[in-house]
Amino acid sequence: MSTDVSMPIEQTPIAGVTTIVDRKPAVIFGLATAGLALILLFAGVSDDTTFRLATPDDWAELPAVTVPAAPTAWLLVLICALCTAVSVSLLLKERRTPMVLVVVFAISWMIGFLTWAAAGASIPMVGLLAGSLALAVPLVFGALGGVLGERAGVVNIAIDGQLLAGAFAAAVVGSMTGVTWFGLVAAMAAGMLVALLLGLFAISYFVDQVIVGVVLNVLIIGLTSFMFSQVLAPNAESLNNPPRFDKIDIPVLGGIPLIGPILFRQTAVVYILYVVVALVTWALYRTRWGLRVRAVGEHPQAADTVGIKVNRTRYRTIILAGAIAGMGGAFYTLVSVPQFNREMTGGAGYIALAAVIFGKWDPIRATLAALLFGFASNLQGVLSVIGSPVPSQFMLMLPYVVTIFAVAGLVGRSRAPAADGVPYIKG
Amino acid sequence: MSTPDNEPGSEPGTEPGTEPGDTRTQESARPEPEHRDADRWGGVLREIASGRAMTAFLSVLLAVIVGSLLIAATDEAVRDASKYLFAAPGDFFSAAWDSIWGAYTALFRGSIYNTNGADFETKIRPLTETCKFAAPLIAAGLGVGLAFRASMFNIGGRGQMLMAGAAAGWVGYQFDLPWPLHLTLAVVAGMVAGALWGGLAGFLKARTGAHEVILTIMLNYVAFYLLFYALSEQSLLQAPGSLNPKSLPMKESAVMPKLLGDRYNLHLGFVLALVAVAVVWWILNRSALGFRIRAVGLNADAARAAGINVGRTYTTVMLIAGALVGLAGANQVLGTVTSGIGVDLDAGIGFDAITVALLGRSRPLGILGAGLLFGAFKAGGFAMQASQNIPVDIVLVVQSLIVLFIAAPPLIQAIFRLPAKEAK
Repeated sequence: MSTDVSMPIEQTPIAGVTTIVDRKPAVIFGLATAGLALILLFAGVSDDTTFRLATPDDWAELPAVTVPAAPTAWLLVLICALCTAVSVSLLLKERRTPMVLVVVFAISWMIGFLTWAAAGASIPMVGLLAGSLALAVPLVFGALGGVLGERAGVVNIAIDGQLLAGAFAAAVVGSMTGVTWFGLVAAMAAGMLVALLLGLFAISYFVDQVIVGVVLNVLIIGLTSFMFSQVLAPNAESLNNPPRFDKIDIPVLGGIPLIGPILFRQTAVVYILYVVVALVTWALYRTRWGLRVRAVGEHPQAADTVGIKVNRTRYRTIILAGAIAGMGGAFYTLVSVPQFNREMTGGAGYIALAAVIFGKWDPIRATLAALLFGFASNLQGVLSVIGSPVPSQFMLMLPYVVTIFAVAGLVGRSRAPAADGVPYIKG
Repeated sequence: MSTPDNEPGSEPGTEPGTEPGDTRTQESARPEPEHRDADRWGGVLREIASGRAMTAFLSVLLAVIVGSLLIAATDEAVRDASKYLFAAPGDFFSAAWDSIWGAYTALFRGSIYNTNGADFETKIRPLTETCKFAAPLIAAGLGVGLAFRASMFNIGGRGQMLMAGAAAGWVGYQFDLPWPLHLTLAVVAGMVAGALWGGLAGFLKARTGAHEVILTIMLNYVAFYLLFYALSEQSLLQAPGSLNPKSLPMKESAVMPKLLGDRYNLHLGFVLALVAVAVVWWILNRSALGFRIRAVGLNADAARAAGINVGRTYTTVMLIAGALVGLAGANQVLGTVTSGIGVDLDAGIGFDAITVALLGRSRPLGILGAGLLFGAFKAGGFAMQASQNIPVDIVLVVQSLIVLFIAAPPLIQAIFRLPAKEAK
């Protein structure tokens, strides 16, 4: 997944010093298991829970699984507790918790929670997961843009502005030309334009990057809302009626039960996303370009000394990042909703920013964080439909609370690139 | 002093001669990471604080010009005239002039003096509206500006206002108390709630080193969903029997009295905002706490070396900042919209406050002026929307442009071809 270079410092064994092992997994496992057990103790359930796993076009139809809620949930709590015990014993031996254990724990915990939350009802698993992916797509694009910018040393608070500008441009150009791909390209251009503004003020004029980011967001909200009321709303038919990407069912892969309908019956934008995630990760860690980007983000002076043009590299990186974030914006108007609306991103850019930090400035982890946040908001929607005991607002609050915990270092410290947010002044 | 490297994306009109050397922080000696952070903030905020009136004026002018172009470009009549631009250029320019002139006279009539009013009382009404809109902007702007002075960026205005509004509103509808006591109690409750929410961010920064920008942004959303939850539960804030996320209206005894009689909407909140200006001025310029705040803001390392407890100063500043933003929240719930607490009670003021503080250069009197200006934009913006059909969002555009231009004096100097020395 990631090379040694990308590893946060506290996880890297240092010669001659006691090996420091990340305590994070053990702590999180313990807290999460205890939390689930408490929920079951104080709000016990007695009904059955049904998981629906199949969709019509699968090769083999998986049967719906019906389980008694309480015993199943307790069984899964037991599995979680076992995982915690293993993690703690590994920690005492100063060894890291393997990824497999994290995955087993996460799945058991989630199914345990769902079993409890949906007792007496049935959960469409495919719909739940596919919906999560749909909600997470703009977040992942935004988070990737954020990771790239911050790795090069430019804090990008304006992700939200880039998403919104992308959504706006995609809607207008898509409607005018009637071609979805032109809309997508326009969204990328809009994202790049916002990035260029960010660069102009933050890199060339040394204005504080956070201030520029916040103000750019306000500017884009103002501009798009103004244009929406003034131009788009009166001419909705010709300017705010974009075509939409069709779902493409990938042969063979799309037929795999459970996974197929979630991952391989999506629109072209989602397939582009898979490629972009892989490309960004590969480029950032395995190419000369990526090494340079990380160098100007960590130690611009050293990079300058060996002949890397710091500000040019930063400009190129954030403009690329802007194009990626802009594509995320296009997802709103070319896939999710058939038209642009004022402030339609609803602050998704800030969640993407949270994903960047929670994902420790690593493309893969940021993607996973964005998927997690997408899952949390979609779970809220599904649970409120089947009528669950958890207030929806608390599910929606989850990404933000998690991020506060992450930045406050209560569960392992997040370390930003060293020169993140610092303008480089030569000389 | 060095010349900046000429990167391909930099403003082409910027000759090396117009680059002011001393508006930038010197980064040549790399301090240690945590210290550099404070240096960076200090440098930038100093730069904003020392921006001169000329730059401020030109920034406002430039932003208004861009706004005018936007209005003209999107106007129906102008677009129709542009179709035969070369046949009748006069039509095009007169249509463009009409749309811009119409917009700005409407803005003036909506914010300062309504020349179409029947009598003097009606004519002067817009000015009182401006003051009404300015009150929360000033209070919240002070909260953001005070944090700026300690090198902290308080983006949490929205969350602090929501928590404050909820607390003030709850006291306002829940209790039966005589008039001055009830109102006082409600305002204090709001300020305390805002202070706690702001102080939480300051405390976490002081204790864990987490960046307050991320903390306050996230706390905004947490506050929003907390309030939303409380307003959808009958046992908490939601009005009995209601299905909407809205609380009961305020009791008469907790409502801020109108200052100029029932004819005008201007209420006591404006006076409280003025008092807050005086108090913050006193804290910053005359108290030991203000000295500590400014010392931490200018150089946290030097302050620490001089024996100032930097962490405690961060927490204190955010407590006071939260209380000031809380005053804005109480002002909204108890003065401007007394029909009950809603999730949108902040009305964007939490974010507007950032632009107010930046334009006001984080000085109490500057914030007063900036708050009045943006209050006028708001009052006039609604009038402009009503009479000229120009969406009020144009105000957001102009506001954010002003702040962007002010933050980059070299850009303004380049655009207006000012010699660097005169404009500074």
